[in-house]
Parts: sequence; C-alpha cells; structure tokens
Amino acid sequence: MTLFAFLLLFAGAIFAYTLNLRAAQSIRNGGGNLHSLTSFHGMYAFLLVLIPAFVFLLVWLSFQGTVINALVQRSLPADVTAGLESGPLQLIMAEIASIAGGRMFGTPDEWKLAAADRLVNLRVTSQWLMVAFLLAIIAGCIYVARKRVSATFRARQGAESIVHALMVFCSVVAVFVTIGIVASLVFETFRFFQMVPWYEFVFGTVWEPQIPIREDQIAAEGAFGLIPVFLGTLVITVIAMIIAIPVGLGSAIFLNEFASPRFRSIVKPVLEVLAGVPTVVYGFFAVLTIAPALRVFGETWGLPIAPNTALAAGIVMGFMLVPFISSFADDALSAVPRSLRDGALALGATRGETMMNVLFPAAIPGIVGGVLLAVSRAIGETMIVVMAAGLIAKMTINPLDSVTTVTVQIVTLLIGDTSFDSPKTLSAFALGMVLFLVTLVINIFAIRIVRKYREIYD
Amino acid sequence: MTDINTDQAKAERFDWDGAEYSARVNKRKRSELRLKAIGLTAIAAALGMLFLLLSSLISTGYHAFTQTHIKFDVTYDPEFINPDNLARSDYRGLIREVMRENFPEATDDDLRMLSGILSNAAQFKIRDRIVEDPSLLGQTISLNIPVSDPYDQLNKGLINRDTPEQFRRVNDAEIAAFDVLVSRDVVTKPFNWALFTNADSRFPELAGLKGAIVGSFYALLICFALSFPIGIGAAIYLEEFAPRNKVSDLIEVNINNLAAVPSVVFGLLALAVFIGWFGMPRSAPFVGGMTLALMTLPTIIIATRAALKAVPPSIREAALGVGASKQQVVFGHVLPLAMPGILTGTIIGLAQALGETAPLLLIGMNAFITAAPSTPFDSSTALPTQIFIWADSPERGFVSRTSAAILVLLGFLIFMNAIAIFLRNRFERKW
Repeated sequence: MTLFAFLLLFAGAIFAYTLNLRAAQSIRNGGGNLHSLTSFHGMYAFLLVLIPAFVFLLVWLSFQGTVINALVQRSLPADVTAGLESGPLQLIMAEIASIAGGRMFGTPDEWKLAAADRLVNLRVTSQWLMVAFLLAIIAGCIYVARKRVSATFRARQGAESIVHALMVFCSVVAVFVTIGIVASLVFETFRFFQMVPWYEFVFGTVWEPQIPIREDQIAAEGAFGLIPVFLGTLVITVIAMIIAIPVGLGSAIFLNEFASPRFRSIVKPVLEVLAGVPTVVYGFFAVLTIAPALRVFGETWGLPIAPNTALAAGIVMGFMLVPFISSFADDALSAVPRSLRDGALALGATRGETMMNVLFPAAIPGIVGGVLLAVSRAIGETMIVVMAAGLIAKMTINPLDSVTTVTVQIVTLLIGDTSFDSPKTLSAFALGMVLFLVTLVINIFAIRIVRKYREIYD
Repeated sequence: MTDINTDQAKAERFDWDGAEYSARVNKRKRSELRLKAIGLTAIAAALGMLFLLLSSLISTGYHAFTQTHIKFDVTYDPEFINPDNLARSDYRGLIREVMRENFPEATDDDLRMLSGILSNAAQFKIRDRIVEDPSLLGQTISLNIPVSDPYDQLNKGLINRDTPEQFRRVNDAEIAAFDVLVSRDVVTKPFNWALFTNADSRFPELAGLKGAIVGSFYALLICFALSFPIGIGAAIYLEEFAPRNKVSDLIEVNINNLAAVPSVVFGLLALAVFIGWFGMPRSAPFVGGMTLALMTLPTIIIATRAALKAVPPSIREAALGVGASKQQVVFGHVLPLAMPGILTGTIIGLAQALGETAPLLLIGMNAFITAAPSTPFDSSTALPTQIFIWADSPERGFVSRTSAAILVLLGFLIFMNAIAIFLRNRFERKW
C-alpha cells in the first residue's frame, strides 16, 4: 500500500507535468506569446504536486504508528491499565501487536484479542485514509497548477523559486542534524541529572551502573562517576597515539621526500586501505589475533597481561589511524613552498636535513591539526573497544590491565534496553554528551589550526 | 673584524680532504640513512599489520566457505511418516532409522550419538523434500545432509586428534564412527552456499548471511535515497547560490564538524529521536538507513562541492552568455560535468556507511532474527552487526563464520571502491 501510494504520487506529478506542458504548448500554437518555456510550465506543475503530496506522505507514515498505538492504548479496559508503568504497558502493546500479526502464544485474554482486532482495523483504515487524502491533495494541486497556465504566467520564476527553496531546505537539514544531536543529548542528559546529581557524575570516581538497583534506591551513591570511564578512554587513546604518531609521521616523511614516484603510487593507496577497513573488523582482529599474541608474550616475560588488555585495543586502533595521520602530514609537507625546500638544498643540506630542519618545522601546524583530528577519532572510536576492551571501570592507567571507555559504556548500556526512564539508560546519553563536547572542542580547534596554517602559504 | 679574520684563517686552514671533514660528511650521510630507515620501518610496520590482518582473516575464514555433507539413502518409511500431516511427522525417528541401516550393529545409545553427527537441519531437509513432493512416500532417495559443527571441524582438520579425549569436542567413539563414514566415501565438502542462502541460526553449520546482506542492502538503499538528493541540493546551494554571509558560514562550519562527530553519537540521536520520540520500529533497516544517511550527508556534501568547484568558470560564463538562467546553468551544464566526481564521492560515502556498526547496534540491529526481512520495516541485522553477533558467539564454528562474513563484507567494500575508482579514471576530466 505504501509503495502504491508512492507510485500514485509520481504518476500524479508526471500527469500534472504533461497536462501543463500540453496546455502551454496549445497556447503557443494558438499564437500566444509565452513568458516562460513550455517545459517550465510543466516543471512548475510537477513540483507543485510532488512536494506537498510527498511531505504529506512522509508525515503520515512517520506518525501513523504512534497515533494508532495511542488510540489502541486508550481503548484498553481501564481496570487492566490502571497503575501500570510505561514498561509493562509497552509489553502489553507488543503482545497485542504480535497477536495482530498472527503470532499467538497460548490463549490470550479476550480483551487483548479485541484490541488486536481494533489494531488491525485501524491499520487498514489508516491506509485507506492515507490514499484518499493523497488523492485529494494531488487533485487539488493539479487543479491549482492547471489554472495558472497562461501566456503571462512567470512559470520559470515559479519553478526556480521552488527549486531554490528546496535547496535551502537541503542545506538546513545539516543544521537540523546538529540541532537534533544537541537536543536529544541535552534533553536526556537533563533527565539523567534529575535522578543523579551532576557533580556526582562529573567528579565521581566509581562507575557501576550495572548494579541491580531497587526502586527506592535509584541513583545509588557514586555509581555514576565519569572519571574512571574517561580515564580508560584516555589510556587507550594514548596507546593508539604512541603507535599512530611515529608510524604515521615516519611513513609520511619517507613517502614525501625519499620514495620514488612509483613506490609512492603503490604504497600510498595500500596504506589508505588501513583506514577503509570497517572498525568491527579491527575489533575482531584484536580479539582473534592481537590479544592472544600479547597474552603469550606476557606469559613468556612474566608480565600480568589481562585477557582484554587496553594494549590490544590501543595497538589496533593505532594502526587504524596511521593513514589518517600520514595523509594529513603528507599534505602539510607538500604544502610547504617549493622555495623553502630548494633554498635548504642549495645551501648544501642533505634531503634528510632539509626535511627535519626546514620542511617538518614549517609543516608542524598542519601536522598537529591532523594529530588532533586523529585523537578525536580515537576518543570516539567504538567497535574496536566494544569488542576488545573491558566492561568494568577501574581507576588505573596500567595499559596491561583491562579498562573500559566512554563508548563501550554507551553501547553496553543501550543494547537490548528500550525504556528511557531508568538512570542506567539515561546515563548513556550523559556519556554521549561528554563524548560529543570533547570531540567537538578538539575538532573545532584542529580544523582552525589546519585552516589558519593553510592561509599562511596560500 | 678580527673574528672574521680568524674565521677566514680557519677556513683557509681547513683541510677539505682530511679525516675530520670526511668524518663529518659520513655522520651526515649516516643520519640521512637513519631517517630513511626509520621511514621504511614505519611503512613496513603498517603494511605488515595490514598483511597480518588479512592473512589471519583468510586463514580462519576460508574454512567457512565449505561445509561437510554426508550422502545418505533416506527411505520415507510409512512407519515414521504420517501422510495426513507431512509437516509434523517423526523425522527424528527416520534419521535414527537411517543411522541404523548404516551402522547395523549400533546400540540405542550409539544411535543417539550417531544421529548427532547430522546437523539439526537434517530433519527439516528431509521433511521439506517430501512436503514438496508427497509421492515420495515409501520411496528411497539419496540426500546430501550437512553435518553438525564438531564433525565439520573434525573433517576440516581443525580438531587435533592427538588432544586428550576429555579436552576434545568429539570423543574417540564419535571420531571412529565418522571415520567409518569417511572410509565409505559418502562424506563430501562442497562449496557452502548456505552461507549466502540461509539467514542467522543458533547452529553454526546452518547460519548464513542472507538476512544480513538483505538488511544491509535495504539500509544502504534508504541511505542513498535520502543522502544523495539532500547532499547534492545542499552542496549546489552552498557552492553556487548561497550569499557569503554569517548564515552560510555557520552552515559550512556545521557540516565540517558533523563529518567528525563520532558515529556512536549518531546512534544516540537515532535512538532518542527516531525511536524514542517518533516511535519508529527498532531493528528496522529503514531506521538504520536514515541514521546512516545523516552520517553520509557531510561526506557527500563535501565531495559534491569539490566536484562543482572543479568545473571551470568558463562553462558557467558561456552558458550565462547565451541567456541561460542561473539554475539552467547549474542543472544543465555544471552538474552533469561534475557528476562523475559526485558519484565517486557518494560511492565512497556509501562504502563507509556499509561498514558502520556502532549506530546500528544502538538502534537494535543486532537482534537474533532467523529470516531475511521482506520490507525495510521488518526487523533485521546488517552485515557489520551480524559480524559483531557472531564474534560474540561462544561456539567454535562461529569463529570461521565471523571471518568469512568479514571477507564477504570486505569483498563488497572492494567492489564498491573499485566502481568508484573506475568512475574516476573513466569519466573524470582534467580541465
């Protein structure tokens, strides 16, 4: 039915296009002097039908489920729903939905069957109503568009202003996304801080959200302390950077100054592959290969290496970020003006000396910007740590130990949990807020450094 | 004055052929070599890691591309089959009977063990065959039946027969029985089509990627349908029409920042807004696609702007000169010329979206679902989340399945990137 509605929508728009095109053509053939080309008349009608009908369909499809659920829920017998929390109520609704879908477990209560019937009826009604309204809108728009066709009608301006408005809307979508991120994070974080005071979250040193909490005991003291979680993120980020910075810079220096064009043209794309591998693959690789190898290594040297040590996740993440740093450094080195390089070489410096004493210092701002962006990636990286790092927050900076990170906690807190009213799930949004703010500050800083530095030589 | 004189005197006295000079030159050459060596080591380390990654995936993953089967003659004996209810007949008993025919001297306990050689799917396979063709009742046909995971591993040599029995997943009697079957030449190891035609399952030998591939396909389709038009619209506006003022600056900064927001934050947004506020279904590829679209949008906008910028102004001026409107110029001339670059950027963005996992986990696309979704609104997994689920499964058989799933995912990514590179080389012009 939905597919049919969309087909109807396009059919209506195309019909409007041809209708107006023909109308304009007949005016022209009749000797009229058209203001706009006939195709603009058609285009105007096409857009005039397509856009309102499309918006209507989207709105209807987005909200029909919610509205139908609310209607069914309101019609449930009052004695059943009285005093029920949102959790059990959702379960009842899910059961009704599955009965409506034809999946029955045991013999459901009479009122549930009735509700399921109502649900099915409402769904069918909603579909028919949708198509009926859609037809009405299309017909109305076609009528309006057809009425406007005349020799003096400025169809080009009309069509172009609609397209212009559409493009403005498209570019505002990106702003809406940011607003959506900020709004959802702020809203849920605010609810979290109503249950757990913010100073406990920011300054607490214990993170134990998984402890079963009794109803009257919500927000057990000190259970939501950010510090150990964030410390874990920092430990893994530092390990990753210890790998990524030297390897990335080393390869950038070699590729930029010493490599033959042929070597460079082969090795650079192969290095980029490291950045294209999905992070879930790195996570599995860390668990499958790196962590066992580290454990064997630790046993031979007598080091107590935990099974999900921060080292495994950090090392793998470091290699993932190598192409990131090396391509930023390579760009920065290439952007240093030719004259600086030539000057140093003419004075008799070797290529190595030119690189280390002239080019590298000149490229430092760009390189720092790239490294900062890599740091922000490492802080926000999720799958590697979810699979390879630990779950328990410890106040430790020992890289051999198992640590947890902000992203690991977000994912584990939200997997398989739907209710939005426990501090456990809401705390994930508070963590997300921290993550968003930290990476945002680093990104703004890094983008500014990179851009400022580019201006100097441009 | 005197300083310069002494310097000059020194320089005159300096022996350009002496040992001191050559020592200094050698030192400088050595430090140059050292720098080169450091650079090469760095590259070698990165490439070595890539090699280790691929080789460990291939070496564990290739096993999952074959599956051990056993060929048995199955007689649809009316003793076990109820012709009125073919779907619910005693197929377990039938399998036991098949085993009794193959091992006539086996006791009842042995038979239970022997039935365990076959996969749990055996009874369904036997059932589906007769449900399809009820005239088979009473007849004997030969069927290729997959074996259960431990025997599959045994046949592939992944279980070391020298391990003490109590640490082994199959005991001596089971190995002996399986070896009898091997010696009868009924055990085959064909290509594992089930990996692509089955959806997820609790049993490794039955688990396949169909549900994940279809789910990923729907999600990418939605992602493309949303992010491609919106991204191009936004890029054209910002590049060609927007006045240079505070608002367009703000939008631009915003898009650059959005490109660097951690993916898990997009998952939080989707969970709170799409699922929490709008009440959309969990685990649906539709919601997954919308989330991925938000993440792909900045990539497409940035790529499109770069492609539009690369079209030389002379094209625009020529079109304007013959009387085209600004929009006719852009949509009739600039956009078609920029299309190869835009498509390249879009495909690369979609490839990134295909590998994205964290936001899909948060919207519940890691559910255990044993059927491929038929519409984008059904519950489903996606390829990366399927990898995550299998990587978390304790059964040994899922290790090689996970690697195989990763190889399939990487195959899709290589394919997409190859298309992007082809488009770039074939159609992109240098002005």
